[in-house]
Amino acid sequence: MAFFLETLIGGLMTGMLYSLVALGFVLIFKASGVFNFAQGAMVLFAALAMARFSTWIPQWTGLSGKLLINILAFGVAMLVMIAVAWLIERLVLGKLVNQEGITLLMATLGITYFLDGLGQTIFGNDIYKIDVGLPKDPVFLFDSIFQGGVLVNQEDMAAAAIAAALVAALAAFFQYTSTGRALRAVADDHQAAQSIGIPLRRIWVIVWSVAGFAALVAGVIWGSKLGVQFSLSLVALKALPVVILGGLTSVPGAIIGGLIIGVGEKLSEVFIGPMVGGGIEIWFAYVLALLFLLVRPQGLFGEKIIDRV
Amino acid sequence: MLYRENGQFKTTYRTDQQIFPIVQDKVVILGLIALAVFAVPMLAPEYLFRAILIPFLILSLAAIGLNILVGYCGQISLGTGGFMAVGAYMAYNAFVRIDGMPVIVAILLGGLSATIVGVLFGIPSLRIKGLYLAVATLAAQFFTDWAFLRIKWFTNDSSSGSVSVSGINVLGFAIETPAQKYLLCLAFVIVFALLAKNLVRSNIGREWMAIRDMDVAAAVIGIRPVYAKLTAFAVSSFIVGVAGALWGFVHLGSWEPAAFSVDRSFQLLFMVIIGGLGSIMGSFFGAAFIVILPIILDSLPQRLGIPIDTALASHLTFMIFGGLIVFFLIVEPHGIARLWSTAKEKLRLWPFPH
Repeated sequence: MAFFLETLIGGLMTGMLYSLVALGFVLIFKASGVFNFAQGAMVLFAALAMARFSTWIPQWTGLSGKLLINILAFGVAMLVMIAVAWLIERLVLGKLVNQEGITLLMATLGITYFLDGLGQTIFGNDIYKIDVGLPKDPVFLFDSIFQGGVLVNQEDMAAAAIAAALVAALAAFFQYTSTGRALRAVADDHQAAQSIGIPLRRIWVIVWSVAGFAALVAGVIWGSKLGVQFSLSLVALKALPVVILGGLTSVPGAIIGGLIIGVGEKLSEVFIGPMVGGGIEIWFAYVLALLFLLVRPQGLFGEKIIDRV
Repeated sequence: MLYRENGQFKTTYRTDQQIFPIVQDKVVILGLIALAVFAVPMLAPEYLFRAILIPFLILSLAAIGLNILVGYCGQISLGTGGFMAVGAYMAYNAFVRIDGMPVIVAILLGGLSATIVGVLFGIPSLRIKGLYLAVATLAAQFFTDWAFLRIKWFTNDSSSGSVSVSGINVLGFAIETPAQKYLLCLAFVIVFALLAKNLVRSNIGREWMAIRDMDVAAAVIGIRPVYAKLTAFAVSSFIVGVAGALWGFVHLGSWEPAAFSVDRSFQLLFMVIIGGLGSIMGSFFGAAFIVILPIILDSLPQRLGIPIDTALASHLTFMIFGGLIVFFLIVEPHGIARLWSTAKEKLRLWPFPH
């Protein structure tokens, strides 16, 4: 029982990170209809920026104090992500307005490669560490309920708390600020939004920046857990089945889809994996999404797809 | 001046519908083929075969396969590497498990297995498209990666998942030297390119294009989407599977699943985009471009005397590929093939364009 619970909690934690990446996808898809394949590359790019600036800033300015440096590095990394968002809008998406979805998808594939290459050219390609002072020690929970309790990593719990805070902050941003309202309007109907004077192009830059912010948070959490390296970009590909499962246009869908996939792949790896030779983690998410597509193409919470000639 | 069609009158429908209706085109293509078949094997150094010509031929074959699916039928696929792997591993199984299996038959059987897997993973395309299909085909990619790594039957119980093929011969001729390997690949490429070209000009090819341009409208005028989409998946994965088998048997000799990773899928998709979506000729351009560019990027800085380490060179390659994809999508969505035909059009009118 304790083992099952530990696996379950481990899965929820991984799922939380998938959700964070998936959140970026959904935000961009809702606002601009672009299926942003580059979200994973943005996570890697943001994490690399954060990791490198947190070592560069003390070298350049002689500042010290871990908290200060981390905050500064986070700020600089965020500025970098805003610059990336602006450039993507200016150089790529702005020129591909009104193209088919498949063209936009391929364009973001190009962006993925470009960002992967650029990130490693600027920031180097070693494995870097991000140390934001998350507690590392494992703790036992539910000691009193049953024998031995459940072993949980404190870092995971802190990460989950941060992720939850991010989601809450984003929800508040969308609900209560005028920019958030404009974003929701654009997501609802481009033309109507434009006709009442919402500047579409600026909104897109903002959306990509918000997605960059989500990528940065995901990158920091993930990077402090596993180290920042190229494989981060590939792990983030898992967010694709997550959004398919949850529905492309639904923020709660991204979160719940992420949790389902995180839990599903951990449980299946532990309990079904040994029967078929292990390693099923790498395809479980995709095959689950594929089967799900056959039954319910719009995902759990997505809007129904209607075709018109 | 030479490129003129004056005086070439078509008196029958047959002559009007040739692949190359202009005589000069036909002469040039036949000359190129003759050059590739007779002159290149005698003149080219070994390095050229190994590093450029053989990969180029096999990857253009795979790109033709992918182009049928993406360029002609409009169904995106990120699982090409997986289908290549199916072709390679099933050809390997047919080759080792059945005594006296001819290599050509084994390779074709590999293609056939890839067809079955392709159709299986193509079934979701009947309900979903575009972005959703990308994920469905990604499932094929990761599933086959895993299957060939973990299921021992596929690798004939080898411990590491790597397999090797040696001593292949075709109709009694041993295929050993790079030049012979090159000729084998060339034969496959010529046959399949011709086949593909004729397929896309036929009624089934027009059905694919109708589905690509607007599937609902195509269904309304009486094209069966199920049939059109699944045949596109079948033909595409057959060609891709054959290319995969060739990649394993002829180019690599011994390989493991990592040779057909998701990067290979992306690479092929890039070839198709850069070369030209919906163009057989474009597949060759794209393959040539993507095979040669990294080699140039590797050697150019040394020639110029700028020290650049290999890691940086590979990152630069990434950036250039990414940048070019975006560039082509924005500036010339039909790729190099389109530039080629624009140039031909200009040449026909030169020097009096008005």
